Amino acid sequence: MTTPDLDRPGSRVVDKAQYGLAAFLVLAGGYVLVDAAGLEDGFADQPVQPYTIPYVVGGVLALLGVLLAVATARGDRPEAEEGEDVDLTQGTDVRTVGLLALVLVANIALIDVLGWAITGALLFAGSAVVLGSRSWVRDLAVGVALSVGSWYGFYVGLGIPIPAGILDGVL
Amino acid sequence: MDLLLDGFQTALTPENLLFAALGVLLGTAVGVLPGIGPAMTLALLLPVTYSVGADSAIIMFAGIYYGGMYGGSTTSILLNTPGESSSVITAIEGNKMAKAGRAAQALATAAIGSFVAGSIATVLLWIVTPQVADIVVTLGSPSYFALMVLALFAVTAVLGASKLRGFIGLFLGLAIGLVGTSTGQARLTFGEPLLADGIDIVVVAVALFAIGEALWVAAHLRRKPLEIIPVGQPWMSREDWGRSWKPWLRGTAFGFPFGALPAGGAELPTFLSYATEKKLSKHPEEFGRGAIEGVAGPEAANNASAAGTLVPLLALGLPTTATAAIMLVALQGYGFQTGPTLMDDHPDLVWGLLASLFVANALLLVLNLPMAPLWAKLLRIPRPYLYAGILFFASLGAYSVNFQAFDLALLLVIGVLGFFMRRFGIPVLPLIIGVILGPKLEEQLTTALKISQGDVSTLWSEPVAVVVYVVMALLLVAMAVAGLRRPAAAEHSPAADADDTDEKELVER
Repeated sequence: MTTPDLDRPGSRVVDKAQYGLAAFLVLAGGYVLVDAAGLEDGFADQPVQPYTIPYVVGGVLALLGVLLAVATARGDRPEAEEGEDVDLTQGTDVRTVGLLALVLVANIALIDVLGWAITGALLFAGSAVVLGSRSWVRDLAVGVALSVGSWYGFYVGLGIPIPAGILDGVL
Repeated sequence: MDLLLDGFQTALTPENLLFAALGVLLGTAVGVLPGIGPAMTLALLLPVTYSVGADSAIIMFAGIYYGGMYGGSTTSILLNTPGESSSVITAIEGNKMAKAGRAAQALATAAIGSFVAGSIATVLLWIVTPQVADIVVTLGSPSYFALMVLALFAVTAVLGASKLRGFIGLFLGLAIGLVGTSTGQARLTFGEPLLADGIDIVVVAVALFAIGEALWVAAHLRRKPLEIIPVGQPWMSREDWGRSWKPWLRGTAFGFPFGALPAGGAELPTFLSYATEKKLSKHPEEFGRGAIEGVAGPEAANNASAAGTLVPLLALGLPTTATAAIMLVALQGYGFQTGPTLMDDHPDLVWGLLASLFVANALLLVLNLPMAPLWAKLLRIPRPYLYAGILFFASLGAYSVNFQAFDLALLLVIGVLGFFMRRFGIPVLPLIIGVILGPKLEEQLTTALKISQGDVSTLWSEPVAVVVYVVMALLLVAMAVAGLRRPAAAEHSPAADADDTDEKELVER
């Protein structure tokens, strides 16, 4: 493990959120270790015990969490990812992300009952509205076209029937 | 040779040509969209290719592969923001050219350069891959184990900006790779029977690339529209040709070997190519203000290295870039056992793919030069629709694997992980490679120790394994030395340091 890059003198602003990530790593590593401890010895033809690699992975994950916490305290800050549509000059828009996650959760909760043709349309329209689209009628129309289109595309073009949910027999 | 001709025979049937053209168009269309790099293009379009027969799927996939890469460089030139690290340079010089009214020439030199580099690199692949494969089949498990460790180490420590974060990504990936019952006992399944077979790598890839990216962009959506430079038909004058052809060839020479090493990646060769062209150019003053050499060389290097990464992928089953990782997933999805025996077991498949790459590359040039103005229009797609569409197709892709809502939940959980990785600057590539190679690593270790009956010294009993460990030790020493010498700037890989900082300044300017 090389950690010479942890030192970045001059920047004394600590990214506190990074402690959260460090804690997550320690917890995740700890969970992997606990899970590994619950495993039994392998069969006679298993020279590598089922818990060997989990012990290594869990241990290193926890260690990395500690190292990250140390680095954070010493002023190490992350380089958040840039992108074509990313504007890092403003803070994180928590509301948009939360609402998007809600839309995705709704899709997960409803897909078995309503079927992809309906939830897919809602997923598209909901995401578009959350992301700032103003014309929800058009959003819904595009969403329906996409979801029903993809349902038939899979069924006719690829021969794969996507479960239809309550529209079973209608589509 | 006969095998290659057979491959062409498969690739050139009218039906498969159609699939190749479809792949090129789909790949370019999706790759052009802002925020979508080649790896995400492949991940999103993967389910589409699953549905046709294996050889058609591979041909279509080759088209998507080259199309996605070309689409990415179009975006970099017309918007000054690279989709991935290997097109940083293209963005610098290409966008400067576009702003100076030479967008058409920049697109042309990128497209033709990619074609030249892709063609040469594909021919090199025909020559190199079988020879590497011949050597590789003589290796035992200890050597594979060593090579895999090297690939993991190199992708994590040599390529990334922050080594600590690289290792965090890698070990998160290895932990995800542990999930399942491959050892006969349930590991990390949380008592959930649906996790018994492990987490589908398609779900992991789509979640990290698509959902993570969409959430990340949503948190930082640019409210003011980007300036998009209008573009006409790409063309080049005689002078542009004169200034482009040497950089194309030199870029290819840089790109292919770097890609073919099991520690590949396109960043280093593109930076090297840029630095070389700057030194050799008769117009050094134009660099940083839109020099055509600065687009021609790095674009060729990028493409040649992308083709080079297929050597370790096909001969060893080792992916070294995110794109190659998705490709490996695709091959496994078509039902092929990837790894050292792939060339022997499925020569028709490998040669079909190698021939398709050539065909796809040619189609790319024919189709995309005239269509560049149309692709540029795609950049104007309203952002809410773009990202809603990404979420829609990502969900469809993950759902279509098994038609289980559970996969969508996994998609969201790993997508949220992807969001936080972007927030904390943790690279995605080591994680993906960790998920793929982790289980294989354990498998090779088991095989090696089974043969040696538990004697650990077998791991360094083969010459290749010893060489690999020595190389890794040297890399470690080099990194430590570079870190001691310049502690402040040590966050870049040692060899790229000088150019790298250079570029960072250019980007910020």
